[in-house]
Amino acid sequence: MKQDKLIKAILMAVALSAIGGLGLITLFIFKEGLPIILQIGVADFFCSTDWSPGEQRFGILSMIVGSVAVTLGAMAIGVVFSLGLAIVLTQFCPPKVAGVLKPLIELLAGIPSVVYGFIGMVTIIPLIREYVGGPGFSVLAASIVLGIMVLPTVTSISIDALNAVPRSFWEGSVALGATRWQTTHMLLLKAARSGILAAIILGMGRAIGETMAVIMVTGNSLEIPRAITDPVRTLTSNIALEMNYATGQHRKALFATGVTLFIIIMALNTLAMAVSRRRVAGGGNR
Amino acid sequence: MPELQTQPVFHAREVESSRPSRPCFDAPPAHRPARDTGEQTAEPARPKISVRNFTACFNDVPGIRNLTLDIFPRERLAIIGPASSGKTTFLRSLNRLNDLERAFTCSGQILLDGEDIYGPEIDVAALRRRVGMVYAVPVPLPWSIYENLVYGLKLAGVRDRQILDQRVETSLKEAVLWDEVKDRLKEPAHNLSGGQQQRLCLARVLMLDPEVLVLDEPCSGLDPISTGKIEDALLELKAKHTIVLVTNNTKQAARASDRTAFFLMGELVEVGPTADVFTRPRDRRTNSYLVGQFG
Amino acid sequence: MKLAPTAPLPPVPASERRNAARRIRLMPSPTVTERIVVALLWAMAAITIAVLVFIIGYILLHGLPHVTWSFLTESPRRMGREGGVLPMIVGTVLVTGLAVLIAAPIGVATAVYLTEYTAEGRLTAVIRFGADCLAGIPSIVFGLFGFVFFAITLGLGLSILSGALTLALMVLPTIIRTSEEAIRAVPYAYREASFGLGSTRWQTTLYVVLRSALPGISTGVVLSVGRSISETAAVMLTAGSALGLPDSLFDSSRTLALHFYYLAQENISEANAYATAAVLVMAILAINLFAYWLMRRFIARGGHHA
Repeated sequence: MKQDKLIKAILMAVALSAIGGLGLITLFIFKEGLPIILQIGVADFFCSTDWSPGEQRFGILSMIVGSVAVTLGAMAIGVVFSLGLAIVLTQFCPPKVAGVLKPLIELLAGIPSVVYGFIGMVTIIPLIREYVGGPGFSVLAASIVLGIMVLPTVTSISIDALNAVPRSFWEGSVALGATRWQTTHMLLLKAARSGILAAIILGMGRAIGETMAVIMVTGNSLEIPRAITDPVRTLTSNIALEMNYATGQHRKALFATGVTLFIIIMALNTLAMAVSRRRVAGGGNR
Repeated sequence: MPELQTQPVFHAREVESSRPSRPCFDAPPAHRPARDTGEQTAEPARPKISVRNFTACFNDVPGIRNLTLDIFPRERLAIIGPASSGKTTFLRSLNRLNDLERAFTCSGQILLDGEDIYGPEIDVAALRRRVGMVYAVPVPLPWSIYENLVYGLKLAGVRDRQILDQRVETSLKEAVLWDEVKDRLKEPAHNLSGGQQQRLCLARVLMLDPEVLVLDEPCSGLDPISTGKIEDALLELKAKHTIVLVTNNTKQAARASDRTAFFLMGELVEVGPTADVFTRPRDRRTNSYLVGQFG
Repeated sequence: MKLAPTAPLPPVPASERRNAARRIRLMPSPTVTERIVVALLWAMAAITIAVLVFIIGYILLHGLPHVTWSFLTESPRRMGREGGVLPMIVGTVLVTGLAVLIAAPIGVATAVYLTEYTAEGRLTAVIRFGADCLAGIPSIVFGLFGFVFFAITLGLGLSILSGALTLALMVLPTIIRTSEEAIRAVPYAYREASFGLGSTRWQTTLYVVLRSALPGISTGVVLSVGRSISETAAVMLTAGSALGLPDSLFDSSRTLALHFYYLAQENISEANAYATAAVLVMAILAINLFAYWLMRRFIARGGHHA
């Protein structure tokens, strides 16, 4: 009995390492990044588009706009495809085919982001340059690449949400003479909407946090984009591009960029948790 | 959202032996339950298990209430009663398996050879080796037949291959299974038929040579032939073990027990020699149950 | 909605009848709509699979011809314009292996604690919250943290060890979650049977629960290996980008993914970039196949539904 208590205590200590790691990350990112935000001034840091590390001017507005633009574009593409896939896999697909498709979609999640970036660079960018205009490196290119990259995440969580809808709902609807598609879009999507919303929010988190693929296809210009064919720089690529040679205030400003990213991600995570908790509290959907 | 699940598999209360309410009193050693009709049989004076005013609750709802009962060495006690009459709860209290449920609380005493099994000094693992249990549904662990059998002894620290092999053979013989499996001990236990699996589970418990053997409707899912084999085994085992058998099947109780206890809604209605309980029950409710009024 | 008998309906005017007919003709019937929608949805699925096949095919087609024995066994020369990727393979194996060796025991222990040793309460909610949040943090933020904490504060420098520790923290949530799912899939009856035979909680956990959940847990671990190999941003800031073979875990070492990034982004060598990508993709394919095989075996054993 004593031995069991000891084991329990050890396991508990180990189990706390996840939250401990989160605490350390929060602590160190903020310790490095927060002072310089306060020193520059919150308004100047977030609302200025002037990022000139050489002259100690650090404003990240254009990167915030860049991140948001790229993320929204990615979601526009990714959500449509993810929902389509989730619906096909749960409603219209024989289980055997689904058994083949699902691992393939998971494989899509396993491909390194640098490979996505590279493929985007050598295939999508020349196409955009040729047929849409602009330099090719653009919000559009990043949206397409990220749209594909968030697809596995959004699809698999949406599948869970759709599968969680009780079978009896479906049977009731079909018994009333509804076709499969009518049942899906009138009933299943509504019943699973909070789960799907959580999937979309988590997908946004992935898109906004993606770094390497984005660097390779956005062109990394510091201008606020006026069109979807304009190049942009995101918060993540700003850090990755400059961290290797940054020192002093410049490095601290990059940590401040990280703080911004961290806050956005935490907000999205909390939102996703709140949305899916409501689903659990609403009952019936487990 | 699997990461947001909040349902536990089960709760860890096994190690905590603290209970909210435990009235402390000493039961008179030779005390007999008032309604015991078994005075005339010559039983040893000292019971193997004596249950004293035992109450077991789940979420403060009593599953058994104020139970007082003696179980004697080398007897087969059958417990009968309708569904949710507390039979299984009682059985699982005897080896403290109810402790695994978080919502479980109990009061009163269960004495095994005079020692309170809910006392603070009790090693629960050792207790469960002394009180072996066979469940309603056979649960062979997903290993070979041999591994299933030696698991309990290995847990207890027995490593000697010769002793293990010898115990495997005697236990399988006691459980009337040896002839059927002696050549296939390395096969997965899941390949056995339902009746064989249940006898394997019996043999697995017998490996530990428990003093008390408790069986929870061991034949509920079995065909008459397998049931007969298990009943035969119990008759043999009576010589060495105290046996408590919960059953839904009154005919089985009549066939395979020395004494019978009738439970109703968490209370002990009457207990006595099986022949007496079945032919001239003292309590009207026992009679109603036996003629089939409670289903 | 009364069903009481009513007066006979007034005749519908002819114009009204024509309009109704036209409306019906304009709206396709539900069955037709369904056919169109299903075709569209299947087209989406086909496009997705086509994209996957295209990416893998494109990389392998362009890269595999350049993957020679000497490419795999030589060090890079002239910043990677010539030579091979041996140090990167070594670096990747070390960083990834070490990260998973650190994360797996912690992750499995956490899952065991959550499922076997405690009831749901405030503490488990906090642990789950921590794991969920960690799972959402972008890799570049992990990189920043690893850089300032492991490399600078703990003084490990840009090294294999810093990179591995950072990656361990990154894959921890995956390992916790997959282990927890695998453990929960072990039937409660197995535990009960084991306890009934006089086992302590630890013995049951070790011999029954973990043993039965092992294939599921391994799947999670293997997928974490894949994720670590793919990771670029975090190792760039923590493991550095040295080109040589590392002498110890305190040396900086460039991983394959990072090497590929430099080759491609800085236009160093197209042939070598494709070849490196091909090696990377082959590794990922092998790992995913292995994980898939493990998972199938886990399901196929079927013993779990007894």
